[in-house]
Amino acid sequence: MLDWIYQPWPWWFSGILVGLTVPLLYWVSGKGFGISTGLQQIGAMCLPNSTWSYFKKFNRRESAWTLVFILGIVLGGYLANFWLSSAPLEFLPEHQKNWMGGIRLLIGGFLVGFGARYAGGCTSGHSITGIANLNWPSLVATIFFFVGGLAVTWGLGSWIFGPQA
Amino acid sequence: MSTLTSSPSAQSTAAAAIQTRGLSWSGYLRVLAVGTLFGIVLTKSEVVRWQRVHDMFLFREPHMYLIIGTGVVVAMISMLLIKRYQIRTIDGQPIAYEPKPFHRGVVLGGMMFGAGWSITGACPGPIFAQLGAGQWMAVLTFMGALIGMFTYAAWKDKLPH
Repeated sequence: MLDWIYQPWPWWFSGILVGLTVPLLYWVSGKGFGISTGLQQIGAMCLPNSTWSYFKKFNRRESAWTLVFILGIVLGGYLANFWLSSAPLEFLPEHQKNWMGGIRLLIGGFLVGFGARYAGGCTSGHSITGIANLNWPSLVATIFFFVGGLAVTWGLGSWIFGPQA
Repeated sequence: MSTLTSSPSAQSTAAAAIQTRGLSWSGYLRVLAVGTLFGIVLTKSEVVRWQRVHDMFLFREPHMYLIIGTGVVVAMISMLLIKRYQIRTIDGQPIAYEPKPFHRGVVLGGMMFGAGWSITGACPGPIFAQLGAGQWMAVLTFMGALIGMFTYAAWKDKLPH
């Protein structure tokens, strides 16, 4: 009867749970759902005496929960893949698992980290929490997430990833 | 729109007061539980798979759009209910959304983020879910994201905002 849990979850079930994360986190902690602030928290903790305003003006105690949340995601990824799946997931396709693919992940990761902090949030803080709270800059951010992603995929896709993607 | 994002001033000062403090131990435990649930959902929905993100940007399948769309609608209804019934946190504190401001970084950084998302197939949440699930190459994505964050921290005051 619980077989479906071990299969990939349908979009509607996943979507409802993603949406409920926002009120659930507010209810248990009073915190607004968003993940990329956790990157800033890591940076601020690595450089406690930094004179950069980005870390100096950052309240480390107020945002300490972001690290705990991230730890939860790591734990959730482990549980979902090794305890709640009939077969382990293929996260990256074979054509990404080589030296060039690794360099792409490093460069792409740079854009994710720099871009999310420059934009003030990522898919969670802007696209989910921000739009759900009718915060128009979050809608603008989400539109430009897709401008960037679509431009790379359609403009450079076959050059970056090869024809097999 | 503005009537919903701006909360009564008394409520927002109270919320600001609690947000400058850390959480209690039980508070962190509850955050860990919600984070774990979210990590499970990210993985079981396959939002964490490179191919799903690639197929989203190629409009090959609606899977990702449906999940994000449903998530936004459910979160929006939840926020309306929280405001309508003035629901408080488990500790009795008021709940208030802190709006993210608009500046040029929302556009420029947004495009960079989207480009990175399409290359790595992972936004920040999935990076951590991939790490937990044992996809070791996600270490590279994570390192890249950390270098990106540190670079932004170093350049912040020189960048247009």
